Amino acid sequence: MKNSLAFSRLWLLAAPALLLTGAGSDNAFTRKLAKDRKPEHTLNRLAFGARPGDVEHVQKIGLDKWIDGQLHPERIPANPLLVDRLKPLATLSLTLAEVAEQYPLKAAAPKAKKGSAAAPPAKTLRDLLTLDEIRQLRQGKPEEQLDFLESLDKEKRIAVLNALPLGLRRPLLAGGSPELRREALAALGRPAAMLTADLVEAKIYRALYSDRQLEEVLVDFWFNHFNVYLNKGPERLMVAAYERDAIRPYVLGKFSDMLVATAKHPAMLYYLDNWQSVDPKAMEAVVKRRGGAGFNKPLAKKARGLNENYARELMELHTVGVDGGYTQEDVIAVARSFTGWTLLNPRGGASYIFAGRLHDKTEKTVLGNKIAAGRGEADGIEVLAILARHPSTARFISRKLARRFVADQPPQALVDRMAATFTKTQGDLREVLKTMIGSPEFFSEGAHRAKLKSPFELVISATRALNANVTSALALAARVEALGQPLYRKEEPTGYYDTADEWTNTAGLLARLNFATALAANQVQGAQVEIAGNAAKSGLALASPEFQRR
Amino acid sequence: MTINRRFFLRDSGLVIAGAGLAPLWLARAAETGSGGGARRKVLVALFQRGAMDGLNAVIPFNDKRYYSMRPSIAIPAPGKPGGALDLDGRFALHPSLAPLKTLWDRKQLAIVHAAGSPDATRSHFDAQDYMESGTPGRKSTRDGWLNRSLPPSIAPSTPLRAIAMGSRLPRTMRGANSAVAIGSIRDFKLDEKQSKGALEAMYSGTRDVDLAAPGRDTFEAMKLIEAIDRKPYSPVSGASYPSSKFGQSLQQIAQLIKADVGVEVAFAEIGGWDTHTAEAQRLPNLLSDLGGSLAAFCADLGDRFEDVTVVTMSEFGRTAHENGNGGTDHGHANVMLVAGGSAALKGGRMHGAWPGLEREQLYEGRDLAVTTDFRAVLGELISGHLGVTELDRIFPGAEGLAAKRLGLLA
Repeated sequence: MKNSLAFSRLWLLAAPALLLTGAGSDNAFTRKLAKDRKPEHTLNRLAFGARPGDVEHVQKIGLDKWIDGQLHPERIPANPLLVDRLKPLATLSLTLAEVAEQYPLKAAAPKAKKGSAAAPPAKTLRDLLTLDEIRQLRQGKPEEQLDFLESLDKEKRIAVLNALPLGLRRPLLAGGSPELRREALAALGRPAAMLTADLVEAKIYRALYSDRQLEEVLVDFWFNHFNVYLNKGPERLMVAAYERDAIRPYVLGKFSDMLVATAKHPAMLYYLDNWQSVDPKAMEAVVKRRGGAGFNKPLAKKARGLNENYARELMELHTVGVDGGYTQEDVIAVARSFTGWTLLNPRGGASYIFAGRLHDKTEKTVLGNKIAAGRGEADGIEVLAILARHPSTARFISRKLARRFVADQPPQALVDRMAATFTKTQGDLREVLKTMIGSPEFFSEGAHRAKLKSPFELVISATRALNANVTSALALAARVEALGQPLYRKEEPTGYYDTADEWTNTAGLLARLNFATALAANQVQGAQVEIAGNAAKSGLALASPEFQRR
Repeated sequence: MTINRRFFLRDSGLVIAGAGLAPLWLARAAETGSGGGARRKVLVALFQRGAMDGLNAVIPFNDKRYYSMRPSIAIPAPGKPGGALDLDGRFALHPSLAPLKTLWDRKQLAIVHAAGSPDATRSHFDAQDYMESGTPGRKSTRDGWLNRSLPPSIAPSTPLRAIAMGSRLPRTMRGANSAVAIGSIRDFKLDEKQSKGALEAMYSGTRDVDLAAPGRDTFEAMKLIEAIDRKPYSPVSGASYPSSKFGQSLQQIAQLIKADVGVEVAFAEIGGWDTHTAEAQRLPNLLSDLGGSLAAFCADLGDRFEDVTVVTMSEFGRTAHENGNGGTDHGHANVMLVAGGSAALKGGRMHGAWPGLEREQLYEGRDLAVTTDFRAVLGELISGHLGVTELDRIFPGAEGLAAKRLGLLA
């Protein structure tokens, strides 16, 4: 990918920003942003930064028209390059049942095949290859190593991979094609690792190459809002489906629809433990009658009563916010409303079911609303509706969006305007975004470069700025992690915080500098850049304080 | 500027050759004639994120209610199979905390039970924020208590006075005083040396208010750390750290303390304590990591241990009753551990009042009540160990902390 991008362009991106104060005063939010800065500002907010030519493209079709297109991603044709990159990531489109069948958490031990013969002793590299070949494999460049592996027949390739020391095998697999990785992970008895690799690669490819940039920014925002943690138990089997089915379809739709979709998704039910939360008396009765078996073994084994985890985070983090006006009594009432929202087969092919027999059917009061006795799944649905239309939710969501898209401390007037739209449209997220983008604060001096890039934003925007040709995204993902933001692995339900002080520290800054210089010098595996001129200068531009902002 | 061409700091093996390499603070050190690496008192704060179940870490085994409220997760009394380790006839350590029993027996471990925040929140985020800012109930505080606790900077100030292990700077450590986050000592360097000068110039010249200070701190700290790291580190024999992230964090803090680079406060964290389910399976691993790492750290410090005090905290405790899933939900008071090699530490004893576990004694009828404000524990260590006595400034809104001394330090 020829990159004729001159440094002047990079320096322009990283530009002589006038306002570097972090949080602009309210006054700065009333000063209009100069017209010629608007395209770049827009690409930093509604996209993951500009690629060479993007600013001109936006200018050519017109800023308003470009924004309108981004608000209707279904009208933008898919980028063929992205389609090509996503094609080998075969696990992305599987249902949870298919995932469980094809990529089980614990694969059948590959050596324990039928028949009585003991497994042959594992071969060493020396058994498999000549000394010259071993030297080539140990000392060659990554591309040469991969070419060599690909040149072997499948059986031998697997045997060689098995014999390689871990320190050599890992980077090889990270740089290899998804097909090679799939073959190897299956042979090594770790098929489920493929799910994570596909998920992480897809996130990076989409952020880099999708022409529906706003959609990707929003998926990143909303996944983080309704965070789940990949490393909790069988969660890794569910996360791709969660993002695909519970987040992505709704990012420009109704907030209440996304809320219900996340509440019912196995990934959320498992992550925040609600699948185990039952009415203690009801469970006792079921266990007595059935001896604990039959109905739902994993559940009967574990669940004897209420679990408050989901109920609390639902209010604190997903809807009304911690100051939204709920009490400990509300937490318990919400938890009781969701008893019986559980999972069949949580550890493989999980699916949501409502188990009426385990539901607490007595009357509840949630935020002052009576929920009548004697009902079932409708209790939880009603709680979600109460929370979705609560004025605290309109404010909480609007503020969080404004914090991501405008400034760490967004002006109150802007938040109020967005919240009014949220309420008036029953949580239509496209309309809330339109209100935000159409507000004077969005294109103001106060907003311009007011945000510090998150590690993900920094890595993606730098890679886009150099127009790197990314053929394997795992090395980039490792860089995002080194900068402090492991993808899909924020353990706490808060998600990552979205303010500058979260990312400004010595360790994170050093990792940013090292990434910038490595990328420009073509030292990030799987990301090829061609720079006409001085790579060191490009590295410096990407490492500059200005480029850390958007 | 005069500086010795070879500058030796104590006998730690830290050698910086050539004035051109010497960071600014070292030059200042040479001018004033006081070693930047003079032995200083060190306070180490360990944060257990997720809310540890303090009632299963330090067990009130004489309290029958403890056993009736926790039918499936209670730790058996001392002497029973899998039983807890008796401390004083009333309380006992979880068996997985066995490495800490030695410290207790040497009077180098003090325990404060039923400690916590006066704020009622059961939100992880808010409670951590309050405990880290040191101002429960007040969200507008910008800095953290450990940053405010730094003694007035006696020249020369070193860039490594305040260190936090990890890729982010915790709230506890943020504030007006320079503080550095270190992912790992080995990786704290620029991979591409040629750009160093240009990068440093860019960051020292920036007007970006969020990046200027971390930029300056990064380059100053890097010079010092590169000098230390020339010698591979091995802990003293008998100090065997777990291979966990937390264990590695503590090992590196020990390395920096022993290198005499001027560390005064340090921070490390260990996550995963939010045991809503299957606590009997999950808690032992977490406690072995905590106990094993802490014990190794204290042993590794050798004679420097007498200058060091370690304090643990977690945002709140967990429900006194177990929940419906063999776990516990968010509660109120917790337990804090204070370890140190100073003769002043009143170790080997329980501190603070025990509120009891009867229903009417529980906070809101469900959680262990707070009898000791966590700021009283921290305040006593800040004033007694670090020698910083302006507790009203460090913990605004907690007047009279000085009067609430627990007697942790003689």
